Amino acid sequence: MANQLIICEHCDCVYEKVTLAKHQKAPCIRCAGVLQRYNGLTVQQRLALTLTAAVLWTFANFYPVMSISLQGLKSSATLWDSVVALSLGPITFIALVAAISIIIAPVFQLLLLMWVLSFALAGKRSPAFRLCMRWLEALRPWSMLEVCLLGAMVAVFKLAGMLDVIPGTGLFALAVLSLLLIRIAGRDVRDLWDSV
Amino acid sequence: MSTPPTASELGLCLCHSCGLSCDLRDGPTECERCGAPLHRRKVSSLTRTWAYMLTALAFYVPANLLPVMNTTMLGSGADSTIMSGVLEFWQHGAWDIALIIFIASIAVPGIKFVSLALLLVTVQRNSLWARKERSKLFRFVELIGYWSMLDVIVVALVAALVKFQALGTIEPRLGILFFGLVVVFTMLAAMSFDPRLIWETPHNKETADDVTSH
Repeated sequence: MANQLIICEHCDCVYEKVTLAKHQKAPCIRCAGVLQRYNGLTVQQRLALTLTAAVLWTFANFYPVMSISLQGLKSSATLWDSVVALSLGPITFIALVAAISIIIAPVFQLLLLMWVLSFALAGKRSPAFRLCMRWLEALRPWSMLEVCLLGAMVAVFKLAGMLDVIPGTGLFALAVLSLLLIRIAGRDVRDLWDSV
Repeated sequence: MSTPPTASELGLCLCHSCGLSCDLRDGPTECERCGAPLHRRKVSSLTRTWAYMLTALAFYVPANLLPVMNTTMLGSGADSTIMSGVLEFWQHGAWDIALIIFIASIAVPGIKFVSLALLLVTVQRNSLWARKERSKLFRFVELIGYWSMLDVIVVALVAALVKFQALGTIEPRLGILFFGLVVVFTMLAAMSFDPRLIWETPHNKETADDVTSH
């Protein structure tokens, strides 16, 4: 019985679950928070997008995000290089925060999704399903790739004033990856609880 | 339309990790489905939110006053703060970039402080004023929260790129640490706030106390 009920996380109102059509969402009548949103992805599609995202993650991390040149000298930086640049001196802690938000949280989200979804494809719950699903919830607010994308674009403009800037493969991969991650690692992952 | 029953009236509790409606009558302490701890309300939500927010507010001062990076070009170095970075873009005519950095780095934390303080004070006074709008305000605060990380990433990338020894280098400075801490602590503050408190009337509180004391 409890499975058919849905509680508004913003104001505690209780509703019965409804079946939504495409593009529909169900708002709470008291606080207008979203209770349910139509989830258009099947397990298969989500897994396919996750694998795509994993490939893009390797591109975004192993190819430079951008390169610059100044009077014949060249320099390029990957995401990891920028984390290392923060780690020098008394500000090491912020390098940790940056590493978690632009590298570690996204890669763990992708690994957990791949693990959980490949078992779900066979209609099974993966080993440690509960743990994986809880980590997916916990990681979500700390994964900030879309902020990283905007930051990289601002950095391009910041440097373009004084030297030549060439956006790298990493930047394009980052752009697609950040959008994909919003789609595949969102709240609707919770539907797996009901489907497997 | 009449208001639907609330979870506390029905003896139910929302699991924050998997979204299951859990039955509290048998007194479970964790969600039967995902094992996450169950709370009718987030534990000491108001105290925690105040504490995280005031910590963030204290860090907000050095974050804006201390330089976030140092640019050395051909031997002459200059420190720049967040605001001086914004002004530089503005003066070079790049008002759009200036606006993005200003909104992400200065306005967003400011809006978060004002909004969270407003939410905390109204909840503590059991205010019935504009509850729907306050709910929306909280969701907005949650949504904009992490965009302030923008400047940390910009400084990191720029510092990683510009390393030409004598010709020019850019190094991060202490301000960026405080800045990152402001983001982390305002995010923690928003996460500790329980938006359901907005809808709790004094009457509700009494009944909730009755239930727990029995």
